[in-house]
Amino acid sequence: MTAEVRTGAPAHGGLRAWLLAETVTSPAQARAQKLYLGWRRFASNPLALIGLGIVVMLILLAIFAPLVATYDPFAQSLERRLLPPSGAHWLGTDELGRDIWSRIAYGARITLMIVLLVALIAAPLGLLIGTVAGYLGGWVDVALMRLVDVFLSFPGLILALAFVAALGSGLENAIIAIALTAWPPIARLARAETLTVRRADYIAAVRLAGASDLRIIVRHIMPICIPSVIIRITLNMAGIILTAAGLGFLGLGAQPPSPEWGAMLSTGRAYMLGSWWLAAMPGIAILVVSLGFNLLGDALRDVLDPRAS
Amino acid sequence: MAAGGTAVASRGGAGAAGRDRADRLRRLGREVFRQASAVGISLFGLLAITFFIGRMLPLDPVIAVIGDDAPQSTYDMVYRELGLDRPLWEQFAIYVGKVLRGDFGVALNTSNRVADDLLRVFPATVELATVSIVIGVGLGIPFGVIAAVHRGRMIDHIVRVVGLIGYSAPNFWLGLMGLVVFYATLGWVGGPGRVSVFYIDMIEPRTGFLLIDSLLENEPDVFWSAVEHIILPASILGYSSTAYIARMTRSFMLEQLSQEYVITARVKGLSRARVVWRHAFPNIMVQLVTVIALAYAFLLEGAVLTETVFAWPGFGRYLTLGLLAGDMNVVLACTLIVGLTFIVLNLISDILYHLLDPRTR
Repeated sequence: MTAEVRTGAPAHGGLRAWLLAETVTSPAQARAQKLYLGWRRFASNPLALIGLGIVVMLILLAIFAPLVATYDPFAQSLERRLLPPSGAHWLGTDELGRDIWSRIAYGARITLMIVLLVALIAAPLGLLIGTVAGYLGGWVDVALMRLVDVFLSFPGLILALAFVAALGSGLENAIIAIALTAWPPIARLARAETLTVRRADYIAAVRLAGASDLRIIVRHIMPICIPSVIIRITLNMAGIILTAAGLGFLGLGAQPPSPEWGAMLSTGRAYMLGSWWLAAMPGIAILVVSLGFNLLGDALRDVLDPRAS
Repeated sequence: MAAGGTAVASRGGAGAAGRDRADRLRRLGREVFRQASAVGISLFGLLAITFFIGRMLPLDPVIAVIGDDAPQSTYDMVYRELGLDRPLWEQFAIYVGKVLRGDFGVALNTSNRVADDLLRVFPATVELATVSIVIGVGLGIPFGVIAAVHRGRMIDHIVRVVGLIGYSAPNFWLGLMGLVVFYATLGWVGGPGRVSVFYIDMIEPRTGFLLIDSLLENEPDVFWSAVEHIILPASILGYSSTAYIARMTRSFMLEQLSQEYVITARVKGLSRARVVWRHAFPNIMVQLVTVIALAYAFLLEGAVLTETVFAWPGFGRYLTLGLLAGDMNVVLACTLIVGLTFIVLNLISDILYHLLDPRTR
């Protein structure tokens, strides 16, 4: 065994053979094999691939918005108002003559930003509350989990509406409001994961070595919970997108002239009967992206928990 | 588990009936206590969250009442009147007392008491949600069972994809598109509102449910107009319930169909339909009750946006109008009512669970 093989580079028989070898020679290979087999199960499901494709497209659209947009998303042109879809304007133009396709392309950035920021706020918050409750137990656990239950007894949109009403409308406040409603399921999950490891020998060993509770939670328990938390938040992304679009539609999220899809739909509503494309196109964009996340989430669940399929 | 054990242990033997009943009563008492304390804590949390949201306002509540250029003496008076000089826990106690008396303040839009407004608008939402849940149950359960029975075949995939689209589509957008296609273009259904403008306020509300009131007053024209108006929003809300109920039915059914008693029944020569509907289906009914209660609760959430689109004079539209007017009294009252509805529905589904599941008897 040379050092090179042990660090995981495929030596003979190509990558495929290495990934399917029955005897594993390194931890890296074992991990790679697990990933590969998971991927094969994932890829055997056409719906999963469609979901992944949609999410990848959203990301590409957001990154390359300036390249794929055919017009300036904010450029108004009064003689080009309310044009139906055509070769020049693929998805038509809106009431101020702005190109809808270009606005949707830039809107992908806002959608992606909302989803990522909500995940970045809600995941650590849920992780912290869940692990602290699970590790410390006792009345801390009871109090925190009661709080989670109360939050879960509200539908997300209503609670987000109440928060936005208090904070004031705008994209930032909408993101904060959605994040404040998105953490409880994550906290519950992180607590369950913590309960399975808190009595483990390695935790006892670290405690005997003199580590503080804080250190044990942050350095030794949280890393265990992170993979399932990431998967859980991916499953919730479709819901986050729909809530954000709903807030935008009510005029409480991103404000005009921002090309946020929900806000576009909201302005398009006034022109709905004469110019259906104003409201139809951003709605289709929301539908496709949320469907993509749902398909992806469904498939991830199947791969990770084969019994549930 | 423990409950099942005592039930089995106390079944046989002389004088078992009396012991059995005492045992059951004791367990029932424990269960009621557990439920009551859970509901109490949830209600307290609900009040705490709405109180907290009410205090989160970036603007000064005193200025919101008296305006910018009132003299300092007025400011101090209102400050004391609103109870802002008291400690926080005392303010919370005052808030709880008001809520318990049904005092949510006055709505800016209507100048009515919020509690009166809520009583007026809530039946419209309940009517819409009830028609929607009938659609959701009527379609969702058969589709879920069919998908489970034909697992992995074409029909299963179709049900799955149609269901996922139901999950993914923003229902306010479906509403708008539905209005464009079925109302404006095809003219098959009524437009926005609960009933045609000619009939508005013609019916004296008795139950508050227009479909029932119009029949009670023997006004078939109004009844049909109401049917025409409710069918589109109810179908759109019902679609998302159908998706949810079908999905859960499918997974419950798959679990049952893999059990040995199903194979036994088939081996005995019973038809597949009989095994599915008479043997497997009754076993999932208990779980479905919980799912349906939850679906009904989620209709309230869907109603906020759908009612806005259809100008449906229910609770959701009342909430959004209050929101846009920046009226915290309305927003907090509506949030409380939704939270309360969720708690009550959860409680009802728990109770039904205990009544329906023979193992808990």
